[in-house]
Amino acid sequence: MSEREPVTMMDAATRLDYEFTAGVAMSKNLHGYEQGKFIGQRCPKCKKVYVPSRGSCPTDGLPTDEIVELPNTGTVTTYCVVNVPFAGQSIEIPYICGQILLDGANLSFMGLLQEIPIDEVRMGLRVEAVWVPPEELGPTLASVKYFRPNGEPDADYETYKEYL
Amino acid sequence: MSQYPALTSGRRPVGVVSFAQYDNVRREDARNEVEMLMPVVTEVFGNIGITKDDVGFICSGSTDYLIGGPFSFVAALDAVGVWPPRAESHVEMDGAWALYEAWVLLQEGEIDAALVYCFGRSSMGDLSEIMAVQLDPYYLAPLWPDPTSLAALQAQALIDAGKATEADFAAVASRSRRSALDNPKAQVAYDRSAEELLAEDYEVAPLRRHALPPLTDGCAAVVLAAGDKAYEWCERPAFITGIDHRIETHSVGARDLTVSPSTRTAGEKAGVGTKKVDVAELHAPYAHQELILAEALGLGDGVSVNPSGGALAANPMMSAGLIRIGESARRIWSGQADRAVAHATSGPCLQQNLVCVLEGV
Ligand SMILES: [Zn+2]
Repeated sequence: MSEREPVTMMDAATRLDYEFTAGVAMSKNLHGYEQGKFIGQRCPKCKKVYVPSRGSCPTDGLPTDEIVELPNTGTVTTYCVVNVPFAGQSIEIPYICGQILLDGANLSFMGLLQEIPIDEVRMGLRVEAVWVPPEELGPTLASVKYFRPNGEPDADYETYKEYL
Repeated sequence: MSQYPALTSGRRPVGVVSFAQYDNVRREDARNEVEMLMPVVTEVFGNIGITKDDVGFICSGSTDYLIGGPFSFVAALDAVGVWPPRAESHVEMDGAWALYEAWVLLQEGEIDAALVYCFGRSSMGDLSEIMAVQLDPYYLAPLWPDPTSLAALQAQALIDAGKATEADFAAVASRSRRSALDNPKAQVAYDRSAEELLAEDYEVAPLRRHALPPLTDGCAAVVLAAGDKAYEWCERPAFITGIDHRIETHSVGARDLTVSPSTRTAGEKAGVGTKKVDVAELHAPYAHQELILAEALGLGDGVSVNPSGGALAANPMMSAGLIRIGESARRIWSGQADRAVAHATSGPCLQQNLVCVLEGV
């Protein structure tokens, strides 16, 4: 027994599975994607519109009960060119991740930018959402295929500087 | 001139002045954690007519393992709203330990009030697997023992030591579920005799279904206030006269599971035995654990144990301990009790224990 090698390492594989509860507010947002719509919610106090809302205004701690349908257009507040391959990558590199601030929203989210040369992407770029075909729409942000320039002049820095 | 009870722990009288809890349910499908917490936080402030701007510190208790997402406690703060910014902290533990941290900060004297909240859901994953991950990673966790099996070893040890019988476990469950009939927040309540309960099949011998806690989604919140502020917000604050928590080794096999030395020490440090106890709310998820805790705390026959039904009535993870403190405080506010002992536990087979003595003047 004493001749056995000491144990210096062991593997203890751990896997835990979960069911995610989106919540009342987030469910409204997700169902919006089924219809090709961006659904946000407004805080009754500071009037900020969150898309998506998790049910409360993080600033005020109040329920964001007012439903707001947002337009298809927005502004790129900042962006990142992805050149590095990683496990599970579904898009050919290089590609661009933009932070999209929809018009009328007070929270930006990440979206894929296409139909523009990489060296022309810039902060303030005006974009519109391109949705997947109607039969492919589902309760997921993947219903938005990507964002592309909508041809409007760039947004003034003052309009999005709070959302970087 | 406000009257305060003599303190065993600390030097500044800090009272529990408000308490709220979610409707404990088996599974909350519709709301996320923020949406569950918001009404509870609104209620705990609304009870005493204050807002988030009236507390100088926020402390929460939860564990990301239940939700399967990192930093879920940061996201949960959205339920309170933290503008303008204020001091905030979190413990990866039951809310009772978050209350302890807030109590320590209140002792420092820089703030006069704190919000404590906690949340936990058993429905999002397989709780018996999740609970195994808290065990020592080399010898126990790879075996994936579920908490009921570990508790059954403890119950069997009690029987083998001649300290209790299966009928004693059934008696605890029968009384607790009957008391729970008066608790509108109870998830499991019934009027069934111990004899009737003994006819159930074993879940894991020697534990039958009645000796097990329910699986619960829930959350809870408490407001603490110090000195005159406590009287400003509450006619008869439940002052924390003693509070202490102790832990035993993580190696379940190295412990005598029939006793709870950590509870005994915490109880002594909190001054449980110095005066008569009217009510004890014990966080005993499994029926036999109430017997171990009552012995460790030296609770006599005159003590009303778990008038809320305890964790057998509802066992929201990370909240069931704080709820014991809230349930105890409620009985002091109403004058039903002058002195109450609240207890919270964590870890397998009562590994870690917190004891909080509450008194009204
Ligand atoms: Zn707001």
